[in-house]
Amino acid sequence: MSDQWVEVCHVDEIDEEDVIRFDHQQKTYAVYRSHNSEYFATDGLCTHEKIHLAEGLVMDFIIECPKHNGRFDYRNGKALNAPACVNLKTYPVKVEGGKVLLCTLSQEQQGLGAA
Amino acid sequence: MSASETFVIVGAGHAGGRAGLTLREAGFTGRIVLIGDEAHLPYERPPLSKALLKGESSLQACSLFSEASFIASGIEHLSGVKVVDIDPAEHRIQLDSGVSLSYAKLLLATGGQSRSLELGGRNFSNVHYLRTFDEATQLQQHLTPGTRLLVVGGGFIGLEVASTARDKGCEVTVLEAGARLAARALPERLSEALLTLHRRMGVVIHLGAQIAAFDGASRLASIRLATGEQLPCDLLLVGIGVQPNLALALKAGLATGSGIKVDRFLQTSAPDIYAAGDVCEFQRADGEFHRQETWRNAEAQGRLAALNMLGQQQTFSAVPGFWSDHFDFGLQTVGTLAPNAQVIERELADAGFLLLYLDAQSRLQGASAWGVGNSVAKDIKLCERLIESQSVLPMAQLADASVSLKGVLRGAHA
Repeated sequence: MSDQWVEVCHVDEIDEEDVIRFDHQQKTYAVYRSHNSEYFATDGLCTHEKIHLAEGLVMDFIIECPKHNGRFDYRNGKALNAPACVNLKTYPVKVEGGKVLLCTLSQEQQGLGAA
Repeated sequence: MSASETFVIVGAGHAGGRAGLTLREAGFTGRIVLIGDEAHLPYERPPLSKALLKGESSLQACSLFSEASFIASGIEHLSGVKVVDIDPAEHRIQLDSGVSLSYAKLLLATGGQSRSLELGGRNFSNVHYLRTFDEATQLQQHLTPGTRLLVVGGGFIGLEVASTARDKGCEVTVLEAGARLAARALPERLSEALLTLHRRMGVVIHLGAQIAAFDGASRLASIRLATGEQLPCDLLLVGIGVQPNLALALKAGLATGSGIKVDRFLQTSAPDIYAAGDVCEFQRADGEFHRQETWRNAEAQGRLAALNMLGQQQTFSAVPGFWSDHFDFGLQTVGTLAPNAQVIERELADAGFLLLYLDAQSRLQGASAWGVGNSVAKDIKLCERLIESQSVLPMAQLADASVSLKGVLRGAHA
């Protein structure tokens, strides 16, 4: 699966407790850095109305959609409140040589999906 | 709660639909009857003037239910049906089909209808309104390159349609009777930003416009202004506000003002009857009664009314808010923008800005922002939390764009 890893950015290009948008091969992702500098990735578009989550607010481990206040736990993609009711897919992320790398095969595709 | 109880929701819009869904999510197993005069399942209205009008969305994408989730909910949807009478004492409603229904609890989410423009007693086939999915689909077919669109009303519907139509290559002129755009909802600074952007994008805007005459035969051919200027058009879109649907509540003897009056639990003056959404007139934290015609209000009130119909006693205290999109820009507002507040302005990227409305104790009461795309969302969401916290805030930090609002919020909670 090594060929599924793609470089997102330098570790410092995402602020602590923040998110950026990352587009790769006609797909858009949201890549997060938590307040303790762990990195995570989910689908880039809110499951409620296809809005880029990277424009939303990150507080602790929660991303809030910029328009409708739908909230997700970005560690496992779980939809936490209406109007969001469909979970986000999540993607493995690792840091190597100061770079953030994302695996385009979702946790769910790898059978590692959150319960 | 017995499974044989029937809850009836009048109005199958966003608030009514959200209430139905919430009843099921909260475990109500009784009968739910959702009655609406549109043919469709409940849908969200904001995309009607934006993505849907552009042809970039669908009814399915705006719908509150998927086909499967609607079937799973077991909600009975009576579409194209009107309720003609409510008997609060008998707990019964009467439908236009002659059928009557008993209810244990009733929710009135009857929404509103577009205020109509007086056209000198005439009927033109090319005059459009925008409130429903069907109206959006009809209007969309006419927004072809080169079409001359006249818009009456420089509020959110008029301006969002102007933006969408301009993007589709129409020649757009907006007539606003007032001195500035969207004056009822926005501070001057935001009205100016809207005016500048629309004009830069080629929309012709007349402020203080007074219409003297509508000219044409079966179709409206032009509007003549009081100044004598003649404005030819292919299409007219009217966006001059919404009239709440109160007739049913008035007939039933419920307390009404500008809307159906409710207490802090969203209950009307009659037992077991609740109201939510555009039609609901509720008391704000500052004591003022008012209605709100926003997505957020429909969502929050639909949900809360449902929970209270189930016997919960939750008070309605959601912070109000709305957004509006124009070309590549967006504005968002949260809380209340009191005219006597002290206002601090923060600069945002790409000529965006954020206005903070504080009371005399330096507690945040409202905020309004303008910027590219959804770029103001993060700051507005932080403002919402600052409003909820009602902490006394350090004014110097608020005015300093180099201090993050997240830092201010952390400080407020420390």
